[in-house]
Amino acid sequence: MTRFRPIYLLLFPPYIALLWVGSYNRVDPTLFGIPFFYWYQLAWIPLGALLLYPIYRAEERRKD
Amino acid sequence: MAQTPNTTALAVFIVLFVSVAFLGFSAARWQRSGEAQISEWGLGGRRFGTLITWFLLGGDLYTAYTFIAVPTALFGTGANGFFAVPYTVFVYPIMFAVFPRLWSVARANGYVTAADFVRGRFGSGALALAVAVTGIVATMPYIALQLVGMEVVLGGLGIHGEWPLVIAFATVAAFTYTSGLRAPAIIAVAKDLFVYITVIAAIIIIPGELGGYAKIFAAVPKAKLLLAPPTATSLGQGFGYATLGLGSALALFLYPHAVTGLFGSASKRVVRRNAVILPAYSLALGLIALLGTMALASGVQSMPAYAHGFKMFGANYAVPALFLQMFPSWFVGFAFAAIVIGALVPAAIMSIASANLFTRNIYREYLHPKCSPANELQVAKIAALVVLIGALGFIIWLPGAQKFAITLQLLGGIWIIQTLPAVLIGLYTRWFHPVALLAGWAVGIVSGTAMVAAKNFTSSIYALDILGMTAPCYDAISSLMVNLAVTVVLSFVFNAMLGGARADSTTVSDYI
Repeated sequence: MTRFRPIYLLLFPPYIALLWVGSYNRVDPTLFGIPFFYWYQLAWIPLGALLLYPIYRAEERRKD
Repeated sequence: MAQTPNTTALAVFIVLFVSVAFLGFSAARWQRSGEAQISEWGLGGRRFGTLITWFLLGGDLYTAYTFIAVPTALFGTGANGFFAVPYTVFVYPIMFAVFPRLWSVARANGYVTAADFVRGRFGSGALALAVAVTGIVATMPYIALQLVGMEVVLGGLGIHGEWPLVIAFATVAAFTYTSGLRAPAIIAVAKDLFVYITVIAAIIIIPGELGGYAKIFAAVPKAKLLLAPPTATSLGQGFGYATLGLGSALALFLYPHAVTGLFGSASKRVVRRNAVILPAYSLALGLIALLGTMALASGVQSMPAYAHGFKMFGANYAVPALFLQMFPSWFVGFAFAAIVIGALVPAAIMSIASANLFTRNIYREYLHPKCSPANELQVAKIAALVVLIGALGFIIWLPGAQKFAITLQLLGGIWIIQTLPAVLIGLYTRWFHPVALLAGWAVGIVSGTAMVAAKNFTSSIYALDILGMTAPCYDAISSLMVNLAVTVVLSFVFNAMLGGARADSTTVSDYI
């Protein structure tokens, strides 16, 4: 087994944020008229990708 | 109105379709090594780089049916239909963390399917057969549903009847046969450009026409705008929503077409990079989902021009009707071509993935163990044709096939997730006993199917009773829990009785 690397903890925030439905099942604050429920979840798409990027970089460095 | 062919839209549509089909045939000559073996045809020679894999998986996972079904869900059921967004967010950390490992072990051992891996890892032909059959059965209705997406769009152009579907599928069958995985890879590039242009145009033009997002969301009935909140005795709709997202994400990369797309990539790095850049498609899907809400606000469902379409296709007609209402004819042709071509890519990949499974894990394993690589390749190519013709025949000739396909696809997600302990957890440990895995798989399939049956095959959410609280839970998650419990308990028993030492044809270094 490979050793645990703390940077991999960045995998988890999207699950905590979006599995906790009660935290975003609301209308306000709206963004451009879009209710919070919708734009908040959409915002997690790029956010999730941004969190993966540092892990990707760490993996690349490990190879060199 | 919409019943008579829309000439401009149709002309644009046909020109685009023919050009793309031509691309599919020319793909056979691209990056070819000339070796007659299944990984050349069925995995594109495992040579796809970051960008081609991105287009291929994008076209493969975000199918034409998805583009119709997701906005339809928002149009019909409101907030609950938005679960596709958390689903696509949950997919990529799993892909990033787990799938480079599967890719490595597949590359090191020449595996073509997930069942090949299970065969090697656990030394059990029966378990591999269960994984292969589950994959094929879960994929078949998915292919049939691509035809449903096509039918709706063709109906929007004013073309009805079976012959357009036959032509479209004959085209897929022909270029799949000649070019293998290279054909959908090339076509996906063209198709995705069309899809992105359509999405960007739609989210700029339509909200303007409808008076802005505030007005669009004001048209949604209050009860559908958000999920029903928890009460003193129930965890509320949110629990079902969360489990639906998580279960769908866990199931996605167990589907054969996803595995095939991953195995076609040239390196582990390509897999990791794609986990980072594939969310671009999720964003497109999220925005497409909002088209359902826009369709609701536009009032197309009560316009006489679209009455015929809604009568034929139900809520699935919402997005085509919205496009016909909002866009000039030539752009309608463009947008519809994006969806129909979008159906060709997953149909091709799914048929190839099923063919790989049949050939590797049924034909070579049980029917003709000593077959030559060339023979294996020929069987796979014919199997892909059979799969495509089967899906076409199913939709055209079986009355009520559409509904049946939707139900089967609902069940497919629940079935395929039962292979998770063997395939995904199997990547990290071989402590599970193969007989225990097989028993867990069977119990998972039966309990998952029973929960859907209890809802008359219309819903995959079953209300569990957890400490006196009602918890509406996605059946894939609850049945997977049952599966895991059985697998763990029986592994203890069998390992104690029979000993833990078993054949494993993979080595530790294969996974790195």
